[in-house]
Amino acid sequence: MTDTRDKPLLDVRGMKVGLPTRRGHLPILNGVDLHVKAGEVLGVVGESGAGKSITGLAVIGLLEPPARIDGGDVWFDGRRIDSLSGDDLRKIRGAEIGVIFQDPLTSLNPLYTIGYQLVETIRTHLDMSAEDGEKRAVELLDEVGIPAAASRLRAYPHEFSGGMRQRVVIALALCANPRLIIADEPTTALDVSIQAQIIALLKRLCREHGTAVMLITHDMGVIAETADRVSVMYAGRVIEEGPVAEVVRNASHPYSRGLMGSIPVIGERIKRLPQIRGAMPRVGAVPKGCAFAPRCPLVRDLCRSERPAVMPGRATSAACWQYSPRWEEANPAEDVDA
Amino acid sequence: MFTYLVNRLIQSIGVLLVVALLSFVIFNYVGDPINNMVGQEATVEDREELRERLGLNDSVFVQFIRFIGNAMQGEFGISYQFQRSVSDLILERMPATLELVFISALFALVAGIGMGVYTGLRRDSWLSRFILTASLVGVSLPTFVIGILLIYIFSVTLDWLPSFGRGETTKVGSWDSGLLTLSGWTAIILPSITLGLFQLTIILRLVRAEMLEVLRTDFIKFARARGLSRRAVNFGHALKNTMVPVITIAGLQIGTLVAFSIITETVFQWPGMGLLFIQGVEFADVPIMGAYLLLAALVFVIINLIVDLMYAAVDPRLRVSAQRGKSTA
Ligand SMILES: Nc1ncnc2c1ncn2[C@@H]1O[C@H](COP(=O)(O)OP(=O)(O)OP(=O)(O)O)[C@@H](O)[C@H]1O
Ligand SMILES: [Mg+2]
Repeated sequence: MTDTRDKPLLDVRGMKVGLPTRRGHLPILNGVDLHVKAGEVLGVVGESGAGKSITGLAVIGLLEPPARIDGGDVWFDGRRIDSLSGDDLRKIRGAEIGVIFQDPLTSLNPLYTIGYQLVETIRTHLDMSAEDGEKRAVELLDEVGIPAAASRLRAYPHEFSGGMRQRVVIALALCANPRLIIADEPTTALDVSIQAQIIALLKRLCREHGTAVMLITHDMGVIAETADRVSVMYAGRVIEEGPVAEVVRNASHPYSRGLMGSIPVIGERIKRLPQIRGAMPRVGAVPKGCAFAPRCPLVRDLCRSERPAVMPGRATSAACWQYSPRWEEANPAEDVDA
Repeated sequence: MFTYLVNRLIQSIGVLLVVALLSFVIFNYVGDPINNMVGQEATVEDREELRERLGLNDSVFVQFIRFIGNAMQGEFGISYQFQRSVSDLILERMPATLELVFISALFALVAGIGMGVYTGLRRDSWLSRFILTASLVGVSLPTFVIGILLIYIFSVTLDWLPSFGRGETTKVGSWDSGLLTLSGWTAIILPSITLGLFQLTIILRLVRAEMLEVLRTDFIKFARARGLSRRAVNFGHALKNTMVPVITIAGLQIGTLVAFSIITETVFQWPGMGLLFIQGVEFADVPIMGAYLLLAALVFVIINLIVDLMYAAVDPRLRVSAQRGKSTA
């Protein structure tokens, strides 16, 4: 895995996030490793609850307490950022790392005009007069395809459609020309007919600006079309990582192969994978060995006792024992479920 | 927006008419107004003549119309007790009550919002916990107990503040103000704390709850993700979004201040309309009671109208839905 890295822009190593509860400590992320290189699009996929959003939030230091980072580190542009103070990290948010959340209907403050929200963000990060800020706001709106941009500055969020609002949100994320955008399911809440447009827009803008994207999505179709590389998450870990074509066509991990089987229906939310029986273990109930072992068709006793590290698989890297020299010695496990 | 306002105005007038009817009923049917006005030695003819002169022999409907007509001209009859025009009496007392209500409202709003924001942002600090616990005491103690307690501490024991009256007042036109002298200010402190404490508590708890709610919303998360400063997020975005419900409740609460002022004015012998009303009740001074009722309703209605206007000022969505409301109304 390390061999494919030439100085990543974002490097997340062994990220652990937990949630203290009355009934003890609940681990949500169990050591996430992923990286994004400058200018590339990393797709992050996985079932609902795999920890994709939490990973994104942890990177920019926006976990909702009491959830907190328990271990691991985050490097951005050669600088460690998870240990930064609140205010130093805030200066990176929006300026160097832009964020787009799922629901454009609720991402904008209903009480302020979009012009206000744009200029506010621009002037927080760039040293600009109010007029220059406004000029830049118009340029940005223009760029994201809002018609008659100058006249829409005084409009309130509720005067825009969902798709238009997500364009505004993208403009907000791009305000200060960040080097990375974390987009958490940017189109899930939108009408299917608009989803492709928004993804295309995001892709085009980021290519033009040389912005890298960490694109979190359920939509394998979007991943196949947009991403350069893919990280597959399962139960709070990245279990496979590799170039998009390889992951889609020739995945190494049995889970990824099941997941890729669900590509055809574009825009559909994956809740259950028909190809794989069972469901992902809930937070706090992840088994000791490989988290996928209870559902895995290839499971051996080794899988149930020890957690595999990410290792070179077929054309990608995967956390699966079958690519380890120890696989041959392992015995087929009796089916405990039966 | 315009139709919305007209709608609200019509509703307000409706409310006032209902209260007027109530006030009219009290005026005419609580005891015999003639008995209340004439002495024991009046003859039957005297009474009959007075009855005719006052129009009490006309139909109830005509009497009600006349009552409203008079009320609109500020004419509420003669106080039995003081033998003076009720409107004069009320006008004399109004500044005292309005100043008390105004200062209490200001106190409740400023302190309530301030502490609400603080306890919402610093959920776990010991000061927040202390404020919340103390505010529970604030809601559970009756107004007169708080008043008496304050008097005991600050007037009797410490001898810092006066325990009754308005202090020195100054005439500004026909307005008798206590806010222009030091003694007036020291006199208004205890009564306005007493009067405003309950409202303060309600506003504090509401602001806190709303802050907690708003801080969880996506647009606050997104505002943070945009890298806005903590101040811009907390005050520019979060606080403003708590304002719609806070304005509603605060408006209603300030309306009730007028009503609650009766108790406070009694405890502190504050020479306002509430005290006048209590004296009116003691003497069965029906014209004063009726006039007070109508006035209190008027204040309520005016405050509600202001609240409605402020909504629209704060929330742009209401401006639009108000226009849409036209077609459904
Ligand atoms: N505040 C919280 N309290 C309890 N559990 C939480 C909390 N936040 C997250 N979790 C749990 O952490 C896990 C990962 O959540 P996350 O939102 O990252 O999933 P996801 O991969 O983004 O899923 P989705 O595709 O549905 O968005 C979930 O199982 C969720 O239940
Ligand atoms: Mg998510």
